[in-house]
Amino acid sequence: MNTELIGIIVTFLITVLLAFPLGKYIAKVFKGEKTFTDFLNPLERFIFRFCGIDPNKEMNWKQHMIALLSINMVWFVYAFFVLIFQGSLFLNPDGNPSMTPDLAFNTDISFLVNCNLQHYSGETGITYLSQLIVITFLQFVTAATGIAAVVVLFRAFAGKTTDKLGNFFVFFTKTLTRILIPICIVIAGLLAFNGTPASFEGKDSIVTLQGDSVQVSRGPAAGMIAIKHLGTNGGGWFGANSTHPLENPNYFTNMVEVIAQVLIPIALIFAFGFFIKRRKLAYIIFGVMTVGMLTFLIPNLVSETSGNPAFTHMGIADNAAMEGKEVRLGVTASAYWQVVTTIISTGSVNSMHDSSMPMSGAMQLLGMMTNCFYGGVGVGILNYFVFLIIAVFISGLMVGRTPEFMGRKIEAREMKIASMIALLHPFIILVGTAISSYVLVHHPEASWAVKPSSWLNNPGNHGFSEMLYEYTSSAANNGSGFEGLGDNNVFWNISTGFVLILGRFLPIIGPVAIAGLLAAKKYTPEAAGTLKTDTVTFGIMTYAVIIIIAALAFFPALTLGPIAEFFNLR
Amino acid sequence: MSKNISNNKLFEASLVREALKQSFVKLHPRILFRNPVMFTVEVGTAIMLAVTIYTAMSSDVAQGSVGYNLAVFITLLLTLLFANFAEAIAEARGKAQADSLRKTREETPAKLVLVARGMIDSETKIVSSSSLKKGDVFLCETGDIIPMDGEIIEGIATIDESAITGESAPVIRESGGDKSSVTGGTKVLSDRIKVKVNTNPGESFLDKMIALVEGASRQKTPNEIALTILLAGFTLVFVLVCVTLKPFGDYANTPITIAAFVSLFVCLIPTTIGGLLSAIGIAGMDRALRANVITKSGKAVETAGDLDTLLLDKTGTITIGNRKATNFYFADGIEESHFIRCAVLSSMADETPEGKSIIELANINPLSYRIDNPTYIKFTAETRSSGIDFGNTKIRKGATDAIRKMAEKAGNSFPAEIAENVNTISSNGGTPLVVAENNKILGVIELQDIIKPGIQERFQRLRKMGVKTVMVTGDNPLTAKYIAEKAGVDDFIAEAKPEDKMNYIKNEQQSGKLVAMMGDGTNDAPALAQADVGVAMNSGTQAAKEAGNMVDLDNDPTKLIEIVEIGKQLLMTRGTLTTFSIANDIAKYFAIVPALFITSIPSLKALNIMQLQSPESAILSAVIFNALIIPALIPLALRGVAYKPIGASALLRRNLLIYGLGGVVIPFLGIKLIDMILGLFM
Repeated sequence: MNTELIGIIVTFLITVLLAFPLGKYIAKVFKGEKTFTDFLNPLERFIFRFCGIDPNKEMNWKQHMIALLSINMVWFVYAFFVLIFQGSLFLNPDGNPSMTPDLAFNTDISFLVNCNLQHYSGETGITYLSQLIVITFLQFVTAATGIAAVVVLFRAFAGKTTDKLGNFFVFFTKTLTRILIPICIVIAGLLAFNGTPASFEGKDSIVTLQGDSVQVSRGPAAGMIAIKHLGTNGGGWFGANSTHPLENPNYFTNMVEVIAQVLIPIALIFAFGFFIKRRKLAYIIFGVMTVGMLTFLIPNLVSETSGNPAFTHMGIADNAAMEGKEVRLGVTASAYWQVVTTIISTGSVNSMHDSSMPMSGAMQLLGMMTNCFYGGVGVGILNYFVFLIIAVFISGLMVGRTPEFMGRKIEAREMKIASMIALLHPFIILVGTAISSYVLVHHPEASWAVKPSSWLNNPGNHGFSEMLYEYTSSAANNGSGFEGLGDNNVFWNISTGFVLILGRFLPIIGPVAIAGLLAAKKYTPEAAGTLKTDTVTFGIMTYAVIIIIAALAFFPALTLGPIAEFFNLR
Repeated sequence: MSKNISNNKLFEASLVREALKQSFVKLHPRILFRNPVMFTVEVGTAIMLAVTIYTAMSSDVAQGSVGYNLAVFITLLLTLLFANFAEAIAEARGKAQADSLRKTREETPAKLVLVARGMIDSETKIVSSSSLKKGDVFLCETGDIIPMDGEIIEGIATIDESAITGESAPVIRESGGDKSSVTGGTKVLSDRIKVKVNTNPGESFLDKMIALVEGASRQKTPNEIALTILLAGFTLVFVLVCVTLKPFGDYANTPITIAAFVSLFVCLIPTTIGGLLSAIGIAGMDRALRANVITKSGKAVETAGDLDTLLLDKTGTITIGNRKATNFYFADGIEESHFIRCAVLSSMADETPEGKSIIELANINPLSYRIDNPTYIKFTAETRSSGIDFGNTKIRKGATDAIRKMAEKAGNSFPAEIAENVNTISSNGGTPLVVAENNKILGVIELQDIIKPGIQERFQRLRKMGVKTVMVTGDNPLTAKYIAEKAGVDDFIAEAKPEDKMNYIKNEQQSGKLVAMMGDGTNDAPALAQADVGVAMNSGTQAAKEAGNMVDLDNDPTKLIEIVEIGKQLLMTRGTLTTFSIANDIAKYFAIVPALFITSIPSLKALNIMQLQSPESAILSAVIFNALIIPALIPLALRGVAYKPIGASALLRRNLLIYGLGGVVIPFLGIKLIDMILGLFM
């Protein structure tokens, strides 16, 4: 086996080995059991007292969601004003300008929803102050929001009939103090010692080997890059994200960053198992998600490593598709990252997705279209939960029993929510792409700042993929870009902004609502006729539901994009 | 339990004719609106009609040829008709079944009591059964057909209920007890009874059930609603897919015809399950009716599939009505033949089934002993024994302590081996009857509850289904335990009083379980109402029948087992056909999507893995397959998917393999086949 392949296998194994104990630890933290981080208790008590939070006040699912939405609203307003005034504020050694309102709207929303679609470039579009108190701040709190939301779901299934599901602010605070900040300190250290900048000084000026004088941007980047991955945010310090040699200096930092982004999503699956004392269910979910990842990883890996058929037709030997890849990282590690960053809603890149092979592009799109194989911190399990409910419903009927999950019957109300959430994702992606296609075809010369006709750098199927990718990435709160798309203008800033909001909050509220409704229902103990949800058979069923729903809704769009390109290139 | 009135032919000519007519009537948008999936198909059909007319009138060929558009239109119309037919045939079958039950009681002469006096001298007037109203009292004598359902208020009679139940043995019905109900259409074989009508015409359970089947008052069950929501969700996704395909096609410079849009849409939405959904629900109630169970709501059938616990009366359900003599044990120094003679003689005048069973076991006709001038001693609660006196012989049989006391009083000892036998019999769940001649103990007869043959297997089956069985009996705990173990029930309530059932049901329900019970008496009524599924016997009191949500015409206590299976089948049929319907979409995509884009993106012909001949034939084949699969699945929808008690996970595996994988593969074959046939004409 080649070294590069071993490299990614080892990376994955390390991730799982770290995630398992972390999951156990997370479960303990939220159960309030004794952990080695209990020395932080006084700090948390101080925070609660200072903010006027009564940590013992239990909330029902509605109160949880109201708390979540209100605090997000505050962050939105705060971040918007910092961004539009950043040029005149301090900590701006490079003299970068303030953002235009539409770009600030897009940037604000995009970081608020844990997406990090960046229509600006880190070096020139944002100041150190904004990087720290807007970007890095939001990267921490949005990750904590997602985890706090999924803990509500944990609570819903941990006990018998109840509507008391813990306190949102406690979950939120503990996520920051016990999980995100400690792990980030470790990761930031590893990155800083490998060459990632951590300085408040402005651009450095160096003379290259060619003798040119070059301005090199830097800044307090290491901490931000740590949370960017750990919180599955993905927004880079520099415009080129983790392809940038200062953001991701070598193979080791590449491993650290790719492990960091999968770590909490996998740990949360195990935490779920420990929390509700059903480890087998967690293993099955982990299994389904891992198979899901492999479903996308293997074609991606194969098409990247076999190279571009266009070269073969020209008679040029081309072993691997090196376009858009970093030589220091290699094709295999890039392919692994491409899939991981799309199935998980990170969206950071260590290679240019626009340059990957058509089949790889299709896999990256599918990763975001399913959006639940591991998925973003917290929200991954919430998305998976919606599919799980649909799978439980259909398979419950198939065995001749009113469907039930964890002893609670699934009825019309839960199905209504699950169907709506499952429908929402294709809705915002397809409608967004349809509108942009329509505008592009029928009004190419509209008198906008950037004419629709000059949006796309590539014609034909690839151009279509670029638009489809942009909306898919927004809807999945992923944030990676296919690039090649002129996206910093009013049309794209506003339209993706709305897709981002819709793609974030409804898919959190929906599953939490289902869990809350189920938790309040009568609990039926498991009997011999009950369909067990922790079996391989049920795992296969869930997998089929996820793949079929994604495939059915997106197949025509994928056909016109990457699939047509794939066949054209052959 | 024979079902003399069920006919197992799925498509009887007269029913098919009625259903065909109804298929067209049901095209009315207002009726179809209840089914969102099929309603959208109707909208698509209307659009295709307009397109067909447009292409016929104008010379515009951008939308394809007239013939092609017409073919798509006709196929869509057929899809609708097939779906309507499925519902109509299910309704027709249910109605026919109910009608045949109702027919037995139509237009029978009734002896309406005008002035109530004694049994014989009441003034009566012959009226038609249809004019009887609630509260009327009628008289029935030997040979009369009972004109109307009602409750006996006076008298006792033997009745032939074979017209309803198919059971030829006559049954006894009498006023006052738990067996006071009579059913219209049954025949009085002996004696006379006065019956009070307890429903107005058109309001009997059967009438209510017919209304449920006919759809006027048919309400969707909770599961059906949840499934309809899911299907509506799928439909919306495909509305979205088709609408957004228009700008996508514009971008790719691919004109897509309206026929292609409509076809893609109709193929993708779950028409198979959408078209069969209501037929499945009706067929569930119909199957219950075929098992001679009248259900008061569709929900009750569905709930039956979810049951966790069944409460069953011991007598008549688990054991054959009465105890039977199974063994003779005689004391030392007593001749076996002598003991048997005494046992038989003591039972000579004993009319109880136990007594008869003793003679049966001995297989000797008591008259063959030629006893002169016997005096029969009847059983009394005081002596707790019965027997016979003749000459100077006094034979007694009875409860152990009664006979022992009698013997010891006369100075005779109770033999040790008999005492031992008595103990063994008791601990085996049997009842010992000791026999003495002139106060000397001769031996003991063992009476045993006989467990119905095959009942163990049925409980085994229930256990595999995940249903817990509970035996309710008046026996003491020891006997109850023995029988419970022998029959294989999971739990028992011994020395049960009526309120014990009620408490047991409430306890089970508190822990989230669904409970069913069967009953007939008025004192069962509260428990029948409390149970999630309460099955009242048709012979039971009116109160019991009102309280339950099902009525069993056969009065067969094991019927609950069948009802559970019918309920499970109902849900399974919905689930499997949903899976099948959605799995079909994969093949349909591979037929239609390449056909849509092949002209503008020729390389996409690689997606045409079925090698369909032309875009038009590909689209037509997919739509035709989509239409034909509905009638092909009607028999399955009506009969229900076979239930196998192999555990939930194994069942899921099995159904996923058959209907999931089958649903993926079959349309590939079907569409290819239709395309080949179409190739002969196109």
